[in-house]
Amino acid sequence: MSTPFYVSPQQAMADRAEYARKGIARGRSLVVLQYADGIVFVGENPSRALHKFSEIYDRIGFAAAGKYNEYENLRIGGVRYADLRGYTYDRDDVTARGLANVYAQTLGTIFSSAGEKPYEVELVVAEVGTTAAGDQIYRLPHDGSIVDEHGSVAVGGNAEQISGFLDQRHRDGMTLSEALKLAVQALSSQANGAEKTIPAERLEVAVLDRTRPQQRKFKRIRGRQLSRLLEADVPAAAQADAVSNDEAPEDAEE
Amino acid sequence: MEPNTRGTGRLPAAFLTPGSSSFMDFLGAHAPEMLPGNRKLPEGIVEAPHGTTIVAATFPGGVVLAGDRRATMGNMIAQRDIEKVFPADEYSAVGIAGTAGLAVEMVKLFQLELEHFEKVEGTTLSLEGKANRLSTMIRSNLGMAMQGLAVVPLFAGYDEGKEKGRIFSYDVTGGRSEEHGYAATGSGSIFARGSMKKLYRPDLTEEQATTLVVQALYDAADDDSATGGPDLYRNIYPIVTVITDEGFRRLTEDESQDLARRVTDRRLQEPDGPRAALL
Repeated sequence: MSTPFYVSPQQAMADRAEYARKGIARGRSLVVLQYADGIVFVGENPSRALHKFSEIYDRIGFAAAGKYNEYENLRIGGVRYADLRGYTYDRDDVTARGLANVYAQTLGTIFSSAGEKPYEVELVVAEVGTTAAGDQIYRLPHDGSIVDEHGSVAVGGNAEQISGFLDQRHRDGMTLSEALKLAVQALSSQANGAEKTIPAERLEVAVLDRTRPQQRKFKRIRGRQLSRLLEADVPAAAQADAVSNDEAPEDAEE
Repeated sequence: MEPNTRGTGRLPAAFLTPGSSSFMDFLGAHAPEMLPGNRKLPEGIVEAPHGTTIVAATFPGGVVLAGDRRATMGNMIAQRDIEKVFPADEYSAVGIAGTAGLAVEMVKLFQLELEHFEKVEGTTLSLEGKANRLSTMIRSNLGMAMQGLAVVPLFAGYDEGKEKGRIFSYDVTGGRSEEHGYAATGSGSIFARGSMKKLYRPDLTEEQATTLVVQALYDAADDDSATGGPDLYRNIYPIVTVITDEGFRRLTEDESQDLARRVTDRRLQEPDGPRAALL
């Protein structure tokens, strides 16, 4: 019988972290920003059916970068968690903090269990408050840590650079249009310093809008409303270009 | 979420197992004791407050669903301002007659079922799908119905595919039937249905349809002691909801007060209400 090779715990963890980070880096980045009336999610996504952003509960939204089947699984788990909790207690007892904790425990357990492949995902859980001061944004990297973010956050492959870009330019109380344009600008700047154009058709945009009269504050922004908000930034030529673009499923970015 | 995240605090395997988009199915598999139908039944007949009359009528472009405000326990009025009509989702509503406690719980679960499906699938159920889902829930309550705790809802919604309002009525076994034009359920429904039968026309406007259902509720309250009429002294008026292609809307307090007052003012002159032509 052969003796198994010894791998130090530090090395094993570093390998797993690198594996997860590489997987996440293959996906496109996305950003989540606070604006005057809530929180906006912006990402490049050629698919209109496979979403990166979705509603978890009344005031809670979810965003994810990385491997689609893995974060979709976590998303549905989160919806089940939130719905069950709201049914057991009350709708007000479902909070982003609680959800983020459960996600962190889940990701952390998977990451540190030797038998399981670490998830190649990075999540954002955001909750819109009744005022901007009440907004909460949590970033959850692959290893199950939680980072409490303010103002703006980027996740995905190019996240560090985009975060830097946003940190310099984001300010409190931006209008939705301003925040959206800033987000698109951030996503368009590439690692090598070059700029690419992301046409409106390839953008996935959603908001948690505290001014919505409905109990459920999550709303997708598409079509005419999106073009209107982007107007100044998207020249007509770029829009015409985008029409001919094929819709590729989100999985294809793996 | 005590029963589910004991231990490490991570999501239990059941939460991450791919499966049905139904919240009830998930609950049935993961926490079956929380489903109303799985509860152990008490022996004998249970006395509990009952809600009474719910009426609905379609008009071109939508549907109106309304309910009175009285809950009774035997011959006693248990509550004067109970709410028995609820939005099920953006384009549908449910009104409940029967045991109030169970009915309200059923509505809560039904709302959650529709919302859960919508969030998981990214699209809403068809109106038929929603109506069938409600059927399943009533069927699971049959045991309690046999002990006097029946829930008999009326479901109304705007069908976006067919572009019209539709009404579904149920019996205690979960039997579902689509009603055309108008429908009523609950103890005062016989009188309400008679009233609507004479006043209903397929070409009503939205305002006429809301007036029609208030007239029908007035007639139900007039002859059925378990149905409450507009309470002018306490300012308690029927709940009237309208569902069109713009979604669900509940008439504001002022609107339903205005509507109820117009009907009651006319009844001062004509206690039996508007009359249909003889031929």
